[in-house]
Amino acid sequence: MTTINHHLNAEILTGYAAGTLPEAFNLLVATHISLCDMCRAELGALESIGGAMLDTEETVAVSDNALKSVFDLIERNPKDPILTQPPTQRSAVFPSPLQDYVGGDLANVKWRNVGGGVRQSVLQTSRDASIRLLSIPGGAAMPDHGHRGTEMTLVLQGAFIDDGERFGRGDVEIADEHLEHTPVAEVGQDCICLAATDAPLKFRQWLPRIAQPFVGI
Amino acid sequence: MPDDLNTEYLDEIQSGDAYAVSATGKDFDKVVGVSATLNAQKENWTWHMSRIHLHQDQSAFADLFQHFAPRVKAFLMKSGANESLAEECMQEVMATLWQKAHMFDPSRASVATWIFTIARNRKIDALRKQRRPEPEDLPWGPEAEPDQEDVIALQQETDKLAEAIAELPEKQRELIQQAYFGDLSHSEIAEATGLPLGTIKSRIRLALERLRHAMR
Repeated sequence: MTTINHHLNAEILTGYAAGTLPEAFNLLVATHISLCDMCRAELGALESIGGAMLDTEETVAVSDNALKSVFDLIERNPKDPILTQPPTQRSAVFPSPLQDYVGGDLANVKWRNVGGGVRQSVLQTSRDASIRLLSIPGGAAMPDHGHRGTEMTLVLQGAFIDDGERFGRGDVEIADEHLEHTPVAEVGQDCICLAATDAPLKFRQWLPRIAQPFVGI
Repeated sequence: MPDDLNTEYLDEIQSGDAYAVSATGKDFDKVVGVSATLNAQKENWTWHMSRIHLHQDQSAFADLFQHFAPRVKAFLMKSGANESLAEECMQEVMATLWQKAHMFDPSRASVATWIFTIARNRKIDALRKQRRPEPEDLPWGPEAEPDQEDVIALQQETDKLAEAIAELPEKQRELIQQAYFGDLSHSEIAEATGLPLGTIKSRIRLALERLRHAMR
């Protein structure tokens, strides 16, 4: 595993553990945790609160034949079918939760040029938040995050520098409307990021400032 | 591991305990055999899970069902499901327990926690009609059986957490319950301060490290 210096915060992880985040955020969190055992362990601790609550929960009567119905379900499908899928290749750029949404790895992304060499691909999730892949040429400025709502950017390849800090593979930058920042992709490999926001969709704000005049969205 | 645990375990084998020895279970049955001894007073759901995993034990499943099914149903109803949807989802959750029994890792989660995550995902799927992206799993292969010390340590930490939650002021406990069972937005969740989460986190971290090492 690569060394990750920028992690998810307790608020986001608690939301993921409790199941209250929008789908787009869930996807980003699941992708980060696939790369980060520190957050995986913290999530496990937060989920154990849910387990303790469940264990002491008051009960509601189940139907008389519930157990038999469950055995019928089991008989029809004794083992979890998901397990027959081969595990993700170690060389993969995208962890499996992201691959499920892309329909493959980096090579399968349906990019759309948005100018300035920047490409994006919006992934389909519920409408309460949005998530997209971004590809930024080395040395170029990242698209303006717009400073609205909560925004999370997870690096999957390459790196970007923001305010003197380097964000490499697995690192997440979490920003709210108060953060002023101008991330720049590190010179070299294209920087591939997964970016999620719960701000209302304003495509323009995700485009590089320099590209905006040329793109009519 | 302290010697007295070893002795207890041996006593158990010598007394012909049915579940401490298994041809297929190897160390795993030993693990749960020891923790079953440690927690003789309490229900040992980890043992039930291994019975389901290794022996497709229907009566162990029935015991688990009797305890958890009515709680899972209550959880789903608190989350907004009506009675018939909650019943249907509860049955699916309990079936998943059997179907995924081989995925359960007692060094990373208690049985209650594991069931909570299955029920939570089913809730998101059925009530919010959303997909629930899950992290890449780390299934333990034939070489990577859970370390028995990890299993026991996690169980003890989980018990401590349950005690700490029980001792919380009523208001704070209600808030946590609303956050995990209702649909209180995550920003409204008071940070679960004072709960002994740090030690659980370290335990899980250790188990993950062992798992990664074994997978190499």
